[in-house]
Amino acid sequence: MASGVRAGYGGRVVVDGCDVTLESGALLALAGPNGAGKSTLLRVLAGLLRPTAGTLTVEGRDLGSLSRREVARRIAVVPQLFDTLFPFSVREVVALGRTARLGAFGRLGAADAQAVDRALDALELRPLAGRRIDRVSGGERQRAVLAMALAQETGVLLLDEPTVHLDPAHQLATVALLRRLASERGLAVLAVLHDLNLAALADRVAVLAEGRIVRAGPPREVIEPCLVREVFGAGWRVTGDGERPVVAPA
Amino acid sequence: MLALLAAALAVSAAAGVLLGAVAIPLAGFGDALLGRGDPAAATIVRDLRLPRVVAAALVGGALGVAGALLQGLLRNPLADPYVTGASAGGALGAVAALALAASAPGAVVPLAAFSGALVAVALVWRLARLGGRTTVLTVLLAGVVLTSFAGAIVTLLLVASDRLSLRLRALVDVLVGGVSPRDTATLAAAAIVVAAGVVAALALAPRVDAYAFGEETAATLGIDTERTTTAVLVATALLAGAAVALAGLVSFVGLVVPHAMRGLVGARHRPLLAASFLAGAAALVLADLGARTLLAPAELPVGVITGAVGGPFFLVLLVRARWSLA
Repeated sequence: MASGVRAGYGGRVVVDGCDVTLESGALLALAGPNGAGKSTLLRVLAGLLRPTAGTLTVEGRDLGSLSRREVARRIAVVPQLFDTLFPFSVREVVALGRTARLGAFGRLGAADAQAVDRALDALELRPLAGRRIDRVSGGERQRAVLAMALAQETGVLLLDEPTVHLDPAHQLATVALLRRLASERGLAVLAVLHDLNLAALADRVAVLAEGRIVRAGPPREVIEPCLVREVFGAGWRVTGDGERPVVAPA
Repeated sequence: MLALLAAALAVSAAAGVLLGAVAIPLAGFGDALLGRGDPAAATIVRDLRLPRVVAAALVGGALGVAGALLQGLLRNPLADPYVTGASAGGALGAVAALALAASAPGAVVPLAAFSGALVAVALVWRLARLGGRTTVLTVLLAGVVLTSFAGAIVTLLLVASDRLSLRLRALVDVLVGGVSPRDTATLAAAAIVVAAGVVAALALAPRVDAYAFGEETAATLGIDTERTTTAVLVATALLAGAAVALAGLVSFVGLVVPHAMRGLVGARHRPLLAASFLAGAAALVLADLGARTLLAPAELPVGVITGAVGGPFFLVLLVRARWSLA
């Protein structure tokens, strides 16, 4: 859905010539070293940062021609930081996902309540629905924010480093969950993932370096010794059989 | 909970009308209100205490609502209704009016304060746009700049004007916060402005909820953040402007009341705004009652009471929040 995208801040170009296509039902991992422009590309895809060149389409429509409300009905974004100082309940946080569909007086209808219930169920948050968001664990809070994005009921889901504050077990579980959500719900999911071994679990991987996508495709074609050395430097060994490559310090 | 707060406001208002240098018996209240019975009591109730209670309730309610809305938008529980420059602009307007008008008729100073507050917030909004886009951060920075600039001019006026030193009490009421009885027309105008601000705030509430995880997440949830920021500035400028016009710079109510109400009704802004209005109104009516009676026959500026009670109260809230985080 992005083609030849160039974007940056002020006069500085951060990403250039990027093509990204998200497929329904598949998880695309966006990997790359620090400063490669992963978060910037994500902000462009989310419609938060206007590209200075290239085209962006969602469901066949030009992203720039849509209002924020129209974009939010098509693309959901899970932020990297999700701390709040205010005592919203988990259910209230998930209901924020319905903001783009609020009626004239800002009330939630029956359809909205059902969407919130579905999102709570999908992430097994029902038992926590009444708890305060600032009094649940970090992993639970992240699930709540993911459920908020699911409640938007969009076709596209973008996540900025969803595993960054999690322990290894929760990192694995999160990637598995994203794959399941993609295949079960037909979502087109893109997640920025630092860890190449987590990226290798996705359906496809795109590697971004110095603002350009240097390679994209199935994990075993992308994460191979040559590219890893080129992008992440020497000192890595790529092993693993068949489908899933494994990257370890040499 | 809202019914409870409404009852608290009613009790506070009754206390505010009945208590004071001359206590009015509850039985005589109805007669006094209707102008029957003891003419002295009727004058006290209808011309002095009732307008004063209404003014205090409007000011407290407006500050509570404006504080809650701005805290939500800025995601900062330490924001008060004055961060957008409304206080400094209002104070400048009022002090300028006191310095320039030979004898200020009833409505001149409030009108000048209200205009000053609106002009200040409009300037802040314009300054915040200089960078290209209006973001929460640029609004905050512009508010700081304008507040210190207006503060400097107020000080200059204080030093340079002989007339101001002759009107120390009026000046203190503006700068520290003081409720005085206002004529019916001024009160009615203020009530209309506050009502407009409260209605706008309630309409904006669900959009401000979406700021829980920051401005950018609000945008991805479907909020037009620039329009919402502008709308919040307008609503809170009306509320804070009306408050400054009626009672000067009353401290802590707009800061502490929303903070306390979040613990009672939760974080969603519709119930929070309603609760903050009722609690803010009740709090300021009681504070004004204290200001009238504590050192009677002398009268304290109400800002002394809100500062003296609000400061320690806020400290308690902070310490409790710290404990619950630990």
